[in-house]
Amino acid sequence: MNQLLLVAPVLIPLSSLVLALLLRNHLGLVRALSLGGTVLLLAAGIKLVWLAAGGTVLAGQVGGWQAPFGISLVIDRLSAVMIAISALIGLVTLLYGVVRDSDTRIGRDFHLFVQGLLTGIGGAFITADIFNLYVWFEVLLIASFALMALGGGKRRLAGSMTYVALNLFATLIFLLSAGLVYGASGTLNMGELAVIMRSGEAAPGVTPALLLMLLSFAIKAALFPVFGWLPATYHVALTAVSAMFAGLLTKVGVYALIRLVTLLWPDYGLPHQLLLWVACATMLVGVLGAAAQTEVRRILSFHIVSQVGYMVLGLALATPLALAGAVFYLIHHIVVKANLFFIGGVAARICGSERLADMGGLYGRLPWLALLFAIPALSLAGIPPLSGFWAKFLLVKASLDAAAWWAAGIALLTGVFTLLSMNKIWNEAFLKAHPEGERALQPVKNMRAAWLGMGGLALLTVLIGLGAGPLIDYAIAAAEQLGNPQGYLQPFAPAGGT
Amino acid sequence: MEWLAAITTGGLAGLGLWMLLDRNLKRVVLGVAVLGNAINLGVLTAGRFIGERAAFVEAGNSTSAANPLPQALVLTAIVIGFSLFVFALALLKRTRELHGDKTTDSVSAITEQPAPDWHAGEHEADGTGVEARR
Repeated sequence: MNQLLLVAPVLIPLSSLVLALLLRNHLGLVRALSLGGTVLLLAAGIKLVWLAAGGTVLAGQVGGWQAPFGISLVIDRLSAVMIAISALIGLVTLLYGVVRDSDTRIGRDFHLFVQGLLTGIGGAFITADIFNLYVWFEVLLIASFALMALGGGKRRLAGSMTYVALNLFATLIFLLSAGLVYGASGTLNMGELAVIMRSGEAAPGVTPALLLMLLSFAIKAALFPVFGWLPATYHVALTAVSAMFAGLLTKVGVYALIRLVTLLWPDYGLPHQLLLWVACATMLVGVLGAAAQTEVRRILSFHIVSQVGYMVLGLALATPLALAGAVFYLIHHIVVKANLFFIGGVAARICGSERLADMGGLYGRLPWLALLFAIPALSLAGIPPLSGFWAKFLLVKASLDAAAWWAAGIALLTGVFTLLSMNKIWNEAFLKAHPEGERALQPVKNMRAAWLGMGGLALLTVLIGLGAGPLIDYAIAAAEQLGNPQGYLQPFAPAGGT
Repeated sequence: MEWLAAITTGGLAGLGLWMLLDRNLKRVVLGVAVLGNAINLGVLTAGRFIGERAAFVEAGNSTSAANPLPQALVLTAIVIGFSLFVFALALLKRTRELHGDKTTDSVSAITEQPAPDWHAGEHEADGTGVEARR
């Protein structure tokens, strides 16, 4: 049973993808398979979180080949919660997209590629092998390429071209560094590599190759100074697609960074120093970039960059509390950011544009939508008692404990700017009267599923905020596990030892 | 042999990077392919690709066989790289059909245009809407 659960994050979306591909001529079946598969994935994710919360670390070797010859899979607390939250975002994306999938071609492809994307993401979260991680990155990348271009049109294809070229470059760097790491250390298993790095007897070529690998993850995670591709492309995709990307894709990069850095450099070292600078620059540059934008999704895209900075700040400080903050931030951010994109999409559809200057009047017409926007927006800025407050609180406290005063200062300053940015959207899109009068607002129909999804995410934001205790405990336990990754190291423990 | 492969890798990678920086999109896509092949060769070489015989081990004589792992890695990478290259080519073809013009600058300029209006009942606006309404 546990062995089945271990591969479930890949198996479930992959089987719904294959089945849906076979039944591709029946849109109803494709839709049912895709929704059902994602619900099942969410259930598996919740079960995994349940197991992980109890302290179980699922680990296994694919095909019974002993590590390091086979591919190891490990699901610890961090992986489990990431799987659950990805399934949740996938589900809401599908609920949001269901309105539009009545267009047979786009609708069918949408479902297929979302399942493909979930397969890649699930694989990246469970693998304990560097080359296998590369393969999963490629799986999610090809699905994301197709999703990005979905719907076609001049602007979207132009954006896809940029996205494809820059992401291909990043994966090529990853491949190169994986090859160099293998050449220098003789292994691709993360656990064995961790043993080698921790013994202090790594060959001289290993560290530079690993730093190169961190660079490729930094591109994926959109860290300063290699974040340019993200705000240049996310606003051209379909709303459902850009929301899913905003929630999940950069976070896979952050996950990979957290995983490798905690495994390979358990003590504060060179990568942490580098990442600390990078994190502060990312927070500031992202939020300042957002200030210059005048379209909903462009503002939100820049905020992804600045928020990723917070998570990396937690990773860079490397104290248990900071790591817990990073994990908490990751969970909170995925829920909030995807929801903001969804709500922004609905607002744009009602107003007839996502340019702030041509929006307005939403507060009077749809106060519920305004409330729905206010919850994640305030949470993103870190207003108590919403989830973002606790996330920022943990990180700022961790920075102060580590005597990184300026990092704490930048984190707080970024929070203020975030609030200003959210305020800008609020004033322009919700409070201000619509420039073409009340009549210009278009009614939205058939959005019940989307409302359900967005409402669910907003409710989750409030719940995380009000009942932060259990999740903080979970995040702290996850951070402990990151500091003592027995699931990864155990196969390489000296015989007779524990 | 290793030094020859290393020099080839370096040369190809340089060529690929140079093409990636070109203004012509066609050359950018080809540059990705060249760089990808350079990196494949690099991975193969870096993975201690020694030994003079195929990676089949006979009983009692395993010393001179080549290391099979880098070969497996590179095979995987070639397959993935090829499919991504084909996708990029398809994208390039469609972009060219829609834009006529095909420099990186014009692609960036189009992405940076202000967001178009949305119309009720239509697919999400995309400036032209050419493809969405097809």
